[in-house]
Amino acid sequence: MSIPLSMKGIGDGLLVTVPEGTWSVVRPSLLQAIDERSDFFRGAYVALQMANRSLNAAALGGLRDELSEREIVLTAILTTSKQTRVAGADLGLALEIPRPNIDQDFELDPIESDLEGDEAVLLHRTLRSGHSIRHPGHVVVIGDVNPGAEVVAGGNVVVWGRVRGVVHAGATGNTKAVVCALDLAPTQLRIAAQISISPERKGKPRPEMAMLKNGQFVAEGWEHN
Amino acid sequence: MSATVVTVTSGKGGVGKTTATANLGTALAEFGQRVVCIDADIGLRNLDVVMGLENRVVYDLVDVIEGRCNLRQAMIKDKRLKDLYMIPAAQTRDKTAVSPDDMIRIADELRPKHDWILIDSPAGIERGFRNALAPADLILIVTNPEVSAVRDADRIIGMTEAEGKEEPKLILNRVRPEMVRRGEMLRAEDVLEILAIDLIGVVPEDEGVLKASNHGIPIALNGRSKAGRAFRAIASRLMGDELPLEDFEAEGGLFNRLTRMVKTGGQPA
Repeated sequence: MSIPLSMKGIGDGLLVTVPEGTWSVVRPSLLQAIDERSDFFRGAYVALQMANRSLNAAALGGLRDELSEREIVLTAILTTSKQTRVAGADLGLALEIPRPNIDQDFELDPIESDLEGDEAVLLHRTLRSGHSIRHPGHVVVIGDVNPGAEVVAGGNVVVWGRVRGVVHAGATGNTKAVVCALDLAPTQLRIAAQISISPERKGKPRPEMAMLKNGQFVAEGWEHN
Repeated sequence: MSATVVTVTSGKGGVGKTTATANLGTALAEFGQRVVCIDADIGLRNLDVVMGLENRVVYDLVDVIEGRCNLRQAMIKDKRLKDLYMIPAAQTRDKTAVSPDDMIRIADELRPKHDWILIDSPAGIERGFRNALAPADLILIVTNPEVSAVRDADRIIGMTEAEGKEEPKLILNRVRPEMVRRGEMLRAEDVLEILAIDLIGVVPEDEGVLKASNHGIPIALNGRSKAGRAFRAIASRLMGDELPLEDFEAEGGLFNRLTRMVKTGGQPA
């Protein structure tokens, strides 16, 4: 990954910090950074932290259109610049972090992670159909991931429960990411850019850990050893 | 004495919300309770048809909200039971004519003089559903033993959680025991594994339900119908009776398992 990007999960969306510098330089590098993580961003709701950057409506509208071409919805602009605020308001963007949608009202509690620079979140609940969690770090769920629910994580996904929905680990391109669950039978499992469909289960469910080995999905027993 | 507001909802259409509302209302009224059923499906009115009161509709819910009549005038008295009333939906308007606050206001106005207010929610997850949900003290989710209905029920449960409502209770409707026995239909256990909420009743598929709906005579009035008995049993459970769940699925084991589930609050033992 060549261009670093500072972001954090906010409920069902992401808050991305736009780096300092000249707009004509920052804009293409921001888009490139997003393109490098296109799997992770596809379908995301994004708020941009713009600090005191001054942009007119044309520049901001152009950025929104670029994001929209990448299937990213720009929802909000956080800024102290008056011009940018006016431009954002003209485009119908929120000027503060939007209240999470009623059905996606999650507390994402950051927890300690031993991987430096990686944040992790803990969800102590069952994710039901329609729920979507998107986080740049690791995601730990204590509960089930039901059919129709979705977890997209930049890092690993650990579920203390049943996985029946869609889980995407390493969505920012990390092929070393893993998915662990007590009962792993997702509708679809993705790691980095690879997609797999669970085989029909035979026998009793057991804890499993799925990962990529030489570009192929493998699931191993997730046990003490 | 203040009424309990029960919202009957499902997400998916056609699973039996209106049938359940009409039958639970009828059964509760037969047990001597004072009941009002409200059709919150503005624009697709049909609770009045199922209850056989279509030809008595003069004013509707939107008329009350917009002040063209008072609440009393919109309440249609049932033909058979003395303490059963129904407030019809407007047929010519849409969901935007009603707000969640309107529903809360109407429910609050009805509470003092009744024991139960049953709200028939529209399908879907939009405005109409939110209107129906707003005043609810108790939510009944109706689902069928089929994957798509269960998926939608799961979504609805998630949305009620986000609203801070108490955990809904589940009615599993249109179960066909012979298909379950052949392994061709989801079992109650399979549905509960996903939804993980309390099961308050299992209603078997019954041709009589359709006939009764078409004639405007709720099946709960028919003591010989299995579905009618199932709805009466759910009404009893709403009133606090701890009836065991009927065994429609198999001869042996499952009955005991379901009974145990009810006692332990829906957690399969």
